Amino acid sequence: MALLIGVPREVFPGEKRVATVPDVVEKLIKLGFRVAIESGAGDQANFPDDAYRTAGAEIVANASELWSKADVVFKVRPPTPAEVTMLREGATLIGFVWPAQNPELMQQLAARKATVLAIDSLPRQLSRAQKMDALTSMAGVSGYRAVIEAANAFGRPFNGSVTAAGKIPPAKVFIAGAGVAGLAAIGTAANLGAIVRANDTRAEVADQVKSLGGEFVKVDYEEEGSGGGGYAKVMSEGFQQAQREMYAKQAREVDIVITTALIPGKPAPRLITAEMVRSMKPGSVIVDMAAEQGGNCELTEPGAAVVKHGVTIVGYTDLASRLARQSSTLYSNNLLRLSEELCKTKDGVLDVNMEDDAIRGLTVIKDGGVTWPPPPLKVATAPTAAAKPAAPPPKAAHGHGKPSGAMPAAKAAWMFGAGALLFLLIGTYAPASFLGHFTVFVLACFVGYMVVWNVTPALHTPLMSVTNAVSSIIAIGALVQIAPDLSKISTDLTRPGEWIRWLSVVAIALATINMFGGFAVTRRMLDMFRK
Amino acid sequence: MTQSLATVSYLGATILFILCLGGLSNPETSRRGNLYGIVGMTIAVLATVFGPQVTAGGLPYIIGAMVVGAAIGLYAARIVKMTQMPELVALMHSLVGLAAMLVGYANFIDPAVSVGLTPAEKAIHEIEMYLGVLIGAVTFSGSVVAFGKLSGRITGKPVLLPGRHWLNLAGLLVVIWFGYRFVNAHGVSEAMLPMIVMSIVALAFGVHMVMAIGGADMPVVVSMLNSYSGWAAAATGFMLSNDLLIVVGALVGSSGAILSYIMCAAMNRNFISVIAGGFGTEGGTPAAAGGAQPAGEVNPIAAAETAELLRESKSVIIVPGYGMAVAQAQHTVCEITKTLRERGVSVRFGIHPVAGRMPGHMNVLLAEAKVPYDIVFEMDELNEDFPATDVAMVIGANDIVNPAAQEDPTSPIAGMPVLEVWKAKTSIVMKRSMASGYAGVDNPLFYKDNNRMLFGDAKKMLDEVLAALKA
Repeated sequence: MALLIGVPREVFPGEKRVATVPDVVEKLIKLGFRVAIESGAGDQANFPDDAYRTAGAEIVANASELWSKADVVFKVRPPTPAEVTMLREGATLIGFVWPAQNPELMQQLAARKATVLAIDSLPRQLSRAQKMDALTSMAGVSGYRAVIEAANAFGRPFNGSVTAAGKIPPAKVFIAGAGVAGLAAIGTAANLGAIVRANDTRAEVADQVKSLGGEFVKVDYEEEGSGGGGYAKVMSEGFQQAQREMYAKQAREVDIVITTALIPGKPAPRLITAEMVRSMKPGSVIVDMAAEQGGNCELTEPGAAVVKHGVTIVGYTDLASRLARQSSTLYSNNLLRLSEELCKTKDGVLDVNMEDDAIRGLTVIKDGGVTWPPPPLKVATAPTAAAKPAAPPPKAAHGHGKPSGAMPAAKAAWMFGAGALLFLLIGTYAPASFLGHFTVFVLACFVGYMVVWNVTPALHTPLMSVTNAVSSIIAIGALVQIAPDLSKISTDLTRPGEWIRWLSVVAIALATINMFGGFAVTRRMLDMFRK
Repeated sequence: MTQSLATVSYLGATILFILCLGGLSNPETSRRGNLYGIVGMTIAVLATVFGPQVTAGGLPYIIGAMVVGAAIGLYAARIVKMTQMPELVALMHSLVGLAAMLVGYANFIDPAVSVGLTPAEKAIHEIEMYLGVLIGAVTFSGSVVAFGKLSGRITGKPVLLPGRHWLNLAGLLVVIWFGYRFVNAHGVSEAMLPMIVMSIVALAFGVHMVMAIGGADMPVVVSMLNSYSGWAAAATGFMLSNDLLIVVGALVGSSGAILSYIMCAAMNRNFISVIAGGFGTEGGTPAAAGGAQPAGEVNPIAAAETAELLRESKSVIIVPGYGMAVAQAQHTVCEITKTLRERGVSVRFGIHPVAGRMPGHMNVLLAEAKVPYDIVFEMDELNEDFPATDVAMVIGANDIVNPAAQEDPTSPIAGMPVLEVWKAKTSIVMKRSMASGYAGVDNPLFYKDNNRMLFGDAKKMLDEVLAALKA
């Protein structure tokens, strides 16, 4: 039986977004779901009821009817207590929940035996989860809007120019926090022509800041602030002190400050003090994107734009909602991707697979049981790590592979000439018995050359010890002298037999040390080379 | 055993030795390669002992000598530490050299060997004998000095006598002159003086040559001595008309020569200049005067911060050097690697060909610490990956990561291939102090903005890093 997805009108004051847009309705129906939309749900985002109807959705007249018949509810804002009481028992709710900030809401939802997927609890570090990451998509829109709000409140253009009526200085914008929202703000402000500076506790974003046309302002203190999952962590006292000094300096210099600093599950860090606000030039603007979590600026009033000490402080908490059509489209696409993950069989039935890391992280209540917070991810960065050691480029030979490479013709000619001369000399003067050995010697040199070039550099030490062991073949030289058969040789020679014997004995002993020691130590080494 | 049977046994042994070296092309096949070597050696020795050239009267002596030698050899192989491998290898080279010398002398005092030879054959035989003893003596004394230097019994710095090139030349002339007298001498007693003088000169030459070479050029010296021990065996083979010795000597000789070549190429220096010695003293002075001294401040870092940095990174390349061997830090490095890999961090090792004191030294140490060899890469294999690497950790290495080799044409190490660690997002250099490397060149890497210095003994600091990582 295909489930019915219900999309109610957002009731939060000023919220203009809608959880599903007509384009996505069509795709949800293709996944096998049925879709019901509360009448007027998309009006504020410029999606009239007719568009939904054309897409195949059923239009339901009022909220209570929609909530009571929907098996799955798509929301943007966390549901109000009134909405929770309308939720059908055992139904599924998908949307922003903020479980850490809303413990009562969690209890109420659990009491309804609901299954709740909090889009804000997505494990963002999974690369697979990016397509579902509504925080990112909303932050991008908000970052853009924050700059627009700042421009609106600011009494000058952003770009500088020299006109007949006088010089317009470019606006200086400082952006605190280079997360998704911060980066979007940097890009927007830079495109408008402002001089943009930005700071983040995570040093690795400096390149991203530069790539968008911003200038990265370093805190003069060494500490790495990456807290995993794309968030920053709380920094040490020494760092915060240095950071405050840097902010104070920037506040005096710039015209516009946009703050985006958030730490998950904690109130927003206070970056801009009242003191700093007072030090700013009259007419300056602060846009506090963290207003909803208490604000990065001490004087922020969430949800409002106020003027204090001659500085306009914008604390709107609905920046994304102010671009309702676009942010609704992005958000509903995020939900569509999530639906695809939940309904791999495309038969309109949800499968909340708790074995799946992404789904496990999202699911904060399962059938009335609170499953938040999720266990830490075991393989947090496994996908990236696995991707990195991509097969090394294939090599011509598996050894060192450098012996060839044609030498210059002149040099080659010289070498062949010298070789020919040497061979000529040997051929002319050397006796036949020598030539036999000489042939063997030269050929053996070539064989050695070919074989040894193939030895992998990692095994150069074992190569040395094994060749060392092999060179103890010199023992044979001693062996043949220790007690030769003298019967064939005339006996009138006075032969110092004892001397020869003892020299040979010592030589054999020395060579044998090498022989056994060399092979044994080579074996010991090679046994260590394991995958 | 007939002569023919002994000959085919030698042939079989030869093939096995070639297969033995061939097996080292890959760690998978290397163990079998070593086995081939053992079998080949056994066949060669047995074929000789029971062959036509040895009578039963020699057996007690042979068995006695071999039992003693085998016991010492096996004992040494068992107790040697992997960090001492360069010393052991050098010491073993000296044994081959000494054995070659003794065999040469034994052959020399035996009048029976030259019976029935034509004058030309006799002259060649005497030259072979002379050369065999010469090479053996140089190998012996050179290896003993190399052993002393590697084990720290002799100073690792180059010891340079005034006019040392002239001394060497004079030595060479003496050797040639006495060689001429040796060949023209009648009888053993008359030839004895030239032989002994030559031996003394050769021994002195070996000492002199290796003394002049500094610590970091040791990979070249060790592989060169390896080569010499092979040529000594080959010369002995010529002297005794024994093809097996010639073949094996040539194999070992060319193997050592190739290793020397690879080591020289890795330092962008030619063989002659390495052997001429003295690098880091004469070569260093004009560079220090002419080259721009990198100015600026180094950024120190603590072990805990290093751990933090490693934990937050996705990919890490570790570049070990001789300092890791000195501090015996390879096991801690392996533990850190394991911990990071369990966290999903990609960890690889970048090995410069001349890192350490002999070819492949670092590989052996890492293998000993049970680092899987498929994450240990050569310089050429991963040098391009540094820009995509979060942290490059340099442990006890200096010159092989010196950007001056690429950036400063006046540097004495200009043109030497180096691991480009400074291209990583962050590089961490573990070092005892700010002292310059072996080449006497200051390292601009230390002053780069993205470089951090972790000062202290490598083992101690890495232990702290590991503790911080596990906490």
